[in-house]
Amino acid sequence: MSLELLGITVLWIFLYGYMIIGSIDFGAGFFSYYGKLRKKDHLINGVINRYLSPVWEVTNVFLVFFFVGLVGFFPDTAYFYGTVLLIPASIATILLAIRGSFYAFANYGARDNQLFLFSYGVTGLLIPASLSTVLVISEGGFITELGDTISLNMSALLSSPLTWSVALLAVFSVLFISSAFLSYYANKAEDLEAREVLRKIALFSSVPMMISSFVMIFFLQRESAWHFNQLYGYAWTFLLGLLAFLTAIYLLYRKERFGIAFLMVMLQFAFAFFGYGASHLPYLLYPYLTIYDGIVNQTMGTYLVIGFIAGLTLLIPSLILLMRLFLFNVDYVKGNK
Amino acid sequence: MDTLMLSRILTGLTLGFHIIYATIGVGVPIMIMLSEWLGIKRNDVHYILLARRWARGFVITVAVGVVTGTIIGMQLSLLWPSFMKIAGQVISLPLFLETFAFFLEAIFLGIYLYTWDRFKKPIYHWLLIIPVVLGSSLSATFITMVNAFMNTPEGFTMQNGVITDIEPLKAMFNPATPTKVAHVLSSAYLTSAFVLAAITAYYLLKGRNHEYYKKALKLTLIVSFIFAIATALIGDLSGKFLADYQPEKLAAAEWHFETRKQAELIVGGFLTDDLQIKNAIKLPMALSILAHGNPNAEVVGLNEFPKDLWPPLYVHYLFDLMVMIGVYLTLVSGLFLFFWKWKPQLMWKKWLMALIILGGPLSIVAIEVGWIFAEVGRQPWILRGYMKTAEGVTTATNVGTLLIVFALLYVILGTLTVYILTRLFKKNTPEIELEKRGIIL
Repeated sequence: MSLELLGITVLWIFLYGYMIIGSIDFGAGFFSYYGKLRKKDHLINGVINRYLSPVWEVTNVFLVFFFVGLVGFFPDTAYFYGTVLLIPASIATILLAIRGSFYAFANYGARDNQLFLFSYGVTGLLIPASLSTVLVISEGGFITELGDTISLNMSALLSSPLTWSVALLAVFSVLFISSAFLSYYANKAEDLEAREVLRKIALFSSVPMMISSFVMIFFLQRESAWHFNQLYGYAWTFLLGLLAFLTAIYLLYRKERFGIAFLMVMLQFAFAFFGYGASHLPYLLYPYLTIYDGIVNQTMGTYLVIGFIAGLTLLIPSLILLMRLFLFNVDYVKGNK
Repeated sequence: MDTLMLSRILTGLTLGFHIIYATIGVGVPIMIMLSEWLGIKRNDVHYILLARRWARGFVITVAVGVVTGTIIGMQLSLLWPSFMKIAGQVISLPLFLETFAFFLEAIFLGIYLYTWDRFKKPIYHWLLIIPVVLGSSLSATFITMVNAFMNTPEGFTMQNGVITDIEPLKAMFNPATPTKVAHVLSSAYLTSAFVLAAITAYYLLKGRNHEYYKKALKLTLIVSFIFAIATALIGDLSGKFLADYQPEKLAAAEWHFETRKQAELIVGGFLTDDLQIKNAIKLPMALSILAHGNPNAEVVGLNEFPKDLWPPLYVHYLFDLMVMIGVYLTLVSGLFLFFWKWKPQLMWKKWLMALIILGGPLSIVAIEVGWIFAEVGRQPWILRGYMKTAEGVTTATNVGTLLIVFALLYVILGTLTVYILTRLFKKNTPEIELEKRGIIL
């Protein structure tokens, strides 16, 4: 595999990881606030807090890892994306800042403070929406080049139906992924009341999610013909994704095998995400930047790969330890520890 | 104001805010580790409680440190895209490794916080703080390497804007790396220990006199003293490094214009418009000693450099302030330890507590001015010798609006941190907790 393909694959895997873990986290934050608002917090917040507390800090690292790695492997992205993303990325970081710190404020200092929980819950849905605009920008058509300078056409971005359909898809996906995971987690904790609330949210949110994904593909065809044409070659991944989705819905509906159901949800998004990513190649930013432009120097690339492997040998056992102590520790999940 | 100035202010503001939390994030885990270790070794619940309470406050500062760190990580590419394009090619390895260190810290901090009392042997729990200490100090190390590279770029060849012959390890271990990393780490340990000492001294001054506070103050001030001495020694090495590699920075800090032997060190004073030094204390030969360890050594003056490559001359005040605070912290912690050994009746005097309390905010000020000195001192370069700051800045507009929005965000986060921390510790005092845990007062 060539260095550029290896680099983008590694980064895409990390972005996928962020999407799953981040979604669980963002959704959980939202449900946590929602539960409080609807006075249902006694039902679901125990499960949510037990899951969230030990892992909230880890989520953010996946995102940092992605953008540092992107600049590392593809230094030119710093120039292009750095210049055009000033406003969208700043908004996303401000939301992330509010969310991250308000969680700590609410849970380690001022428990049950409505304002903190509100900011935490609402930003949880705005962040995926704002981050997803980067995907839209990468389709091209929103950047104007004037001599030496490039700039983002904000009004074109905000008035494009593609932007809004992607944002909607992001929000509904977050709700779906998160509730599917949490119903599995609640099931493990034998907290049937919480499981039922979350299972229903999962089933209900799957409908708008599927609708918005079709709407998104419809607008992609209209706004970004080059990408849509390339999607054909990967249609099979989306079909497999659909199959995984239907299996997950079936299991959730029948209240069976919640673990497998969540695995199916992960597969569904893996197929869609990697199909989408692969069909976008070789462009990182259409039509300005491909993975072959400004790829990092070969020596540095090799070092990055070595550093990456060394990092993973440290990271994977640590993550496994974290999961064994909390996520998959029956006593902890049930609240006995 | 133009985009360049606005971008510099915004970067400075974000980093200036971040380093308060980052410094605490690097230093406090060490204190938690020491305290829990003492508690286990001496079977002393006071130290265990101390570690627990420090850890609880630490979580809140970590959260703000993490989010502001994410902001600065993104802002580097957003505000300085051309710079990152170059730096990304040469220095992405330490940036990359930094995120791994950060990962390690994040994972184990989560585990550490939720496994108190979960293991049969307390030492197992203690072991979990070690990756946190390692992770936070390593991430400081890696990120400082990036900054060191900006001061003394090495490990690549640049011709007509094209970079070749990259040697990643040489770029990481550039001449500025050893002194910078050592100084950053040691001053972070010093600052964190002193801030914790100041908080403890505040309680003692207010009349709380439980053994718990006294143990806490002894521990924090021993650590402070050790790292105050270490920071001073490393500071001396940093002076020698500057004299060899960035003589213009040292010369600007010391208003040293003419190259000469037996150079004098300027303390305090001010500079007139025609570059005359007024009201300063001049220590003969001290600058030669600082620069080369030899009173007769020749020190390069600013006049050797074209004027448009001079750093701003106000860095002198920052340098002086940093050094003076360093001396103050050494003296105060040293005095406390002296009394402990030879005059224990003076140890808990109110005036000494007041001096220690003052050292807390002062140590943060020292971190800030020391950092501004280091950064402004390499102006006009962003990559010394290769790229001017003006060439690295974004071409996007709107930086002014963002500056206001981010400033507002930092005001809110800063205020809330203080409010939440005071609330957290006021509502649940050590006395209440000791009683709850069945420890007799």
